Amino acid sequence: MVDFLNAIVALLNYVIVPATSYGAQLALGALGVTLIYGILRFSNFAHGDTMAFGTAITILVTWLFQSWGIGFGPLPTALLALPFGIAVTALLLLGTDRMVYRFYRRQKAAPVILVIVSMGVMFIMNGLVRFVIGVQEQNFADGARFVITATQFRNLTGLDEGLAVRTSTVITVVTAVIVVAALFWFLNKTRSGKSMRAFSDNEDLALLSGINPERVVMITWLLVAALATTAGVLYGLDKSFKPFTYYQLLLPIFASAVVGGLGNPVGAILGGFVVAFSEVTFTYAWKKVLTYLLPASLAPDSLVQLLSTDYKFAVSFAILVVVLLFKPTGLLKGKSV
Amino acid sequence: MIVVEDLHKHFGGFHAVDGASLEIRKGSITGLIGPNGAGKTTLFNVIAGRLPPTSGRVLMDGEDITGLTPHELFHKGLLRTFQIAHEFGSMTVRENLMMVPARQHGETLWNTWFRRGAIAAQERALAKKADEVLEFLTISHLANQKASQISGGQKKLLELGRTMMVEAKIVFLDEVGAGVNRTLLNTIGDAIVRLNKERGYTFCVIEHDMDFIGRLCDPVIVMAEGKVLAQGSAAHIMENEAVIEAYLGRGLKNKTKAGATA
Repeated sequence: MVDFLNAIVALLNYVIVPATSYGAQLALGALGVTLIYGILRFSNFAHGDTMAFGTAITILVTWLFQSWGIGFGPLPTALLALPFGIAVTALLLLGTDRMVYRFYRRQKAAPVILVIVSMGVMFIMNGLVRFVIGVQEQNFADGARFVITATQFRNLTGLDEGLAVRTSTVITVVTAVIVVAALFWFLNKTRSGKSMRAFSDNEDLALLSGINPERVVMITWLLVAALATTAGVLYGLDKSFKPFTYYQLLLPIFASAVVGGLGNPVGAILGGFVVAFSEVTFTYAWKKVLTYLLPASLAPDSLVQLLSTDYKFAVSFAILVVVLLFKPTGLLKGKSV
Repeated sequence: MIVVEDLHKHFGGFHAVDGASLEIRKGSITGLIGPNGAGKTTLFNVIAGRLPPTSGRVLMDGEDITGLTPHELFHKGLLRTFQIAHEFGSMTVRENLMMVPARQHGETLWNTWFRRGAIAAQERALAKKADEVLEFLTISHLANQKASQISGGQKKLLELGRTMMVEAKIVFLDEVGAGVNRTLLNTIGDAIVRLNKERGYTFCVIEHDMDFIGRLCDPVIVMAEGKVLAQGSAAHIMENEAVIEAYLGRGLKNKTKAGATA
């Protein structure tokens, strides 16, 4: 019985808690991608770098606050700086839209052209981020590191295994829940949100209504700025910030959005968790959990790790391919342009 | 009301609209007929701003509206429906209608957060208006259904309903009767006549059902091969030899005439 509890705790500690946190971050990122796809009708390759830009600005503001001696108690100062990061990112995205995307929208450019355009934007943002904050790794999490440490948990329960819950994990999950609830309220209950859904449902018809297309586009970018910056900051708090890592995040984020069904917000969230849980379960060494669960004679000698963590992006890819093969519109019905 | 001057729309080498000139008089219900591929829908798409013309002009009350976006034309009171009805599938029938009017309070982010009362009052008024429209069209029972789930004919009615949510000046109806049963078609016809008489809407109607055209439309414009072939009252058009020829080909002409007189 104790062994069983130990196994559960180990599973929670090494798989479920980290995957939930990672899944929430991916879900927020994928929501941004899916909104752009649903409304502006292209896959935005610059999304990872938008996240990086928002995070970089948030880090700069965090440093500024820290230099002024402003803190947020046990919570990271970055949460105070987040609204500023979102605001600056929103300006950047609106500026990009005005200077780049609007031109192609007026030309009624094909989605594939917009994808290539977004790659160009990606490279520029890539450079911009490195120019603003540099290429090094930045750790900007401050405040309390743990809600409960492994030792505290062990002393509390008397089990051999410890369950450490980091502040960043709790913040990630709580923030993600709040952001997603606010987004769905916005999309389903407000006129602006309904205009966005109408635009996504049927662009031709939306253009023939009292819906102002430029305003819908503007609100979309504002939401994307908020989602991308929040996702980026949460990921940075949980791990660390490095521009290249954020660029690499593009793959799992797109995998999440596509797996769930591009253009479908609920799908993006589902996809985020599917990808995160698969990545973590495939790259986790199951030896510990199995040793607790199996009789001593069957206890594994090896690590029982299906893939080395180096291959975690391969897992995203594999899921992507499998879902596209068997359900091309995603787990929940998305749309295809 | 609407004047089309020497309009061309070419797709590569294919001349879908090939020098069409026509006029839609204010207060009329103008019928637009012609065999498949005559360029009727392309003409609609160009007038309604969905496609830019290759050359030519479209005037509305003397003002050049060539190349304006559908959204800008909407604000000028020019509305259209589609051959295959379009709808916002994820919303209810009532919500579909409530989407139509422009410049609603709830459209700006500021109002969304800080003027909830004003938005709620406006939404109530819109919902009431939408319910009146649905009653007019005899589809009140569908108000809370998802628009993707109603029948094709009901979608046509919904499209007509959209034009009633605002003060339209001219409405272009593209095959309003396609896939609609007789009873529903009569309902649509009655609605068009009432809107024309009571609200002063001008209509331009593409339709293949000649009974429907004959009952509603005057004048009728006939298109063939991208050009305007004939124009006049419905009775006059049905007598026109060129028209019969365009529809049925040369060989059948005498047979039809014989049938018509018999």
